[in-house]
Amino acid sequence: MASSIRVRATSNGDITEVQTLIQHPMDTGLVKDAKGELIPAHYIQELKFACNGKDVFVADWGTAISKDPYVKFSFKGAKKGDDLTISWTDNKGGSDQTTAKIA
Amino acid sequence: MRFEMTTQTGPCPTRRLILQGAVSVALIGLGNLAFAPARAAANDKYPEEAFKLKNEAEAIKALYGKTVEPSDKVKLDAPEIAENGGVVPMSVTTTLDKVTSISFFVAENPNALAATYRFPDGTIPAVANRLKMAKTSNVTAIVEADGKLYSATKEVKVTVGGCGG
Amino acid sequence: MRARTSLLLGSLSAALVAFALTAPSLVAADKVDPVADAKAFQNFFFQKFPNVKHEDFVNGPYSMNEDMKRQWQEKEEFPPYEFALDAGKEMFSTPFKNGKTYADCFPNGGIGIRQNYPYFDTGEGKVVTLELALNRCREANGEQPYSYVKDEMASLTAYMAFTSRGKPMDIKIPDDPRALEAFENGKRYFYTRRGQLNFSCASCHVQSPGERIRAEVLAPALGILNAMPIYRSEWSGMGTISRRFITCNSQTRAIPLEPQADEYRDVEYFLSYVANGLPISGPGARP
Repeated sequence: MASSIRVRATSNGDITEVQTLIQHPMDTGLVKDAKGELIPAHYIQELKFACNGKDVFVADWGTAISKDPYVKFSFKGAKKGDDLTISWTDNKGGSDQTTAKIA
Repeated sequence: MRFEMTTQTGPCPTRRLILQGAVSVALIGLGNLAFAPARAAANDKYPEEAFKLKNEAEAIKALYGKTVEPSDKVKLDAPEIAENGGVVPMSVTTTLDKVTSISFFVAENPNALAATYRFPDGTIPAVANRLKMAKTSNVTAIVEADGKLYSATKEVKVTVGGCGG
Repeated sequence: MRARTSLLLGSLSAALVAFALTAPSLVAADKVDPVADAKAFQNFFFQKFPNVKHEDFVNGPYSMNEDMKRQWQEKEEFPPYEFALDAGKEMFSTPFKNGKTYADCFPNGGIGIRQNYPYFDTGEGKVVTLELALNRCREANGEQPYSYVKDEMASLTAYMAFTSRGKPMDIKIPDDPRALEAFENGKRYFYTRRGQLNFSCASCHVQSPGERIRAEVLAPALGILNAMPIYRSEWSGMGTISRRFITCNSQTRAIPLEPQADEYRDVEYFLSYVANGLPISGPGARP
């Protein structure tokens, strides 16, 4: 349960629908904390989805993506049981990766 | 100009943006504009400069380097009134062919470019995400299809919730 | 002028006498009828909003506004409370230092029982809420209680609500004058105006559901606790019933009580009972 990435990948014929919810503060760097100090910007910049050795979707994000970001997309050419790898990197050098089987 | 951020982040968040912070980020962005080559979103690199720009037209130029025309083949689905400016769900679908990129711009945000997505061959040109909106604003979705840019725009109202239901 | 004054005084004293004679005793058990109250409460909302399906009332403002409902449904596809729910599940199954777990404190191991809370504890003579029961479980097993308004309690109650999702609210009022008094107490709290804004809970949630207070759409009181705990976008996080009662008091500029104060326990009892039959929808998401 340590991964920040939750994913649901379901295949319907040739089309696989992917939904992801990622635990991440997505701080804009423009909000102050209780002490009146700016909370530094901390946000996912790049999010990649790969299947069967190639990228199927790439997201470039800024600070206007909501906290605990969500994205949904669909792609062709994969089937049930294939591996979908999701990885992200943020502006502080943080990252996470997970692999899920398409259901 | 006041930037009112309704997003709550951090342990005990305030609702106020730091005007100076927003302005200095925008100024830095503008300062670099002359040096940032216009690049297509299909390019592999994270478009750092485009994300720093306050002005939507400049952000579009920095990201794509092309002009945009509105098209009814781009469908932007966004609420009339956001229930909360911090989490506004919106999605784009299109009937255009050879789509390589879809981007979201929120004109009144401190930085106009919110997100840009790349679509390799075989990925269906549609995306749903959740954005932060600082205040009532036009939201523009841009689809890059066969090298050209097409857009759809919708106004989304953002109110600052005061009491809660 | 004098004639008018004496007329005024006369009618005033007549009114006072009439009031004294007819004012119902709030403690007399034979006059308290929760069954009738619940029926009247539900019928009020069903008639006021004939196009809202009965079970939809538990969705709060989303039962009142289509545009908001769509946004909520989109977010429910992959809801923002996923992480709190996972955290709650893990907390629930992690043993205390003494080796026991929450399951040992609750009927059915704590699974699928949320709809039975609050209940009236005849031994103690008071209403016991789920949040209170969880902290008592902790203390009985040598653990520090959690804050009633912070993340841990919210995550725990989120998980327990989730295991009861879809089950109808099922609050019991035993045939005990103290239980009936607690119900009446809760009802009275609900309908009493308080604070600088002089609002009662009913001012917003009975008189004005679906309307806006400032920029927010108000939820109907019917089933208002069925979705608890809730992830609020405004809080960027999960909040308990205790948290919501306190913040609601503060926002109407009334003095908030301590979490799990008698009045809060009783009003939770009242509100839950009158929603009997409506499904548990928690954990919920709200603006």
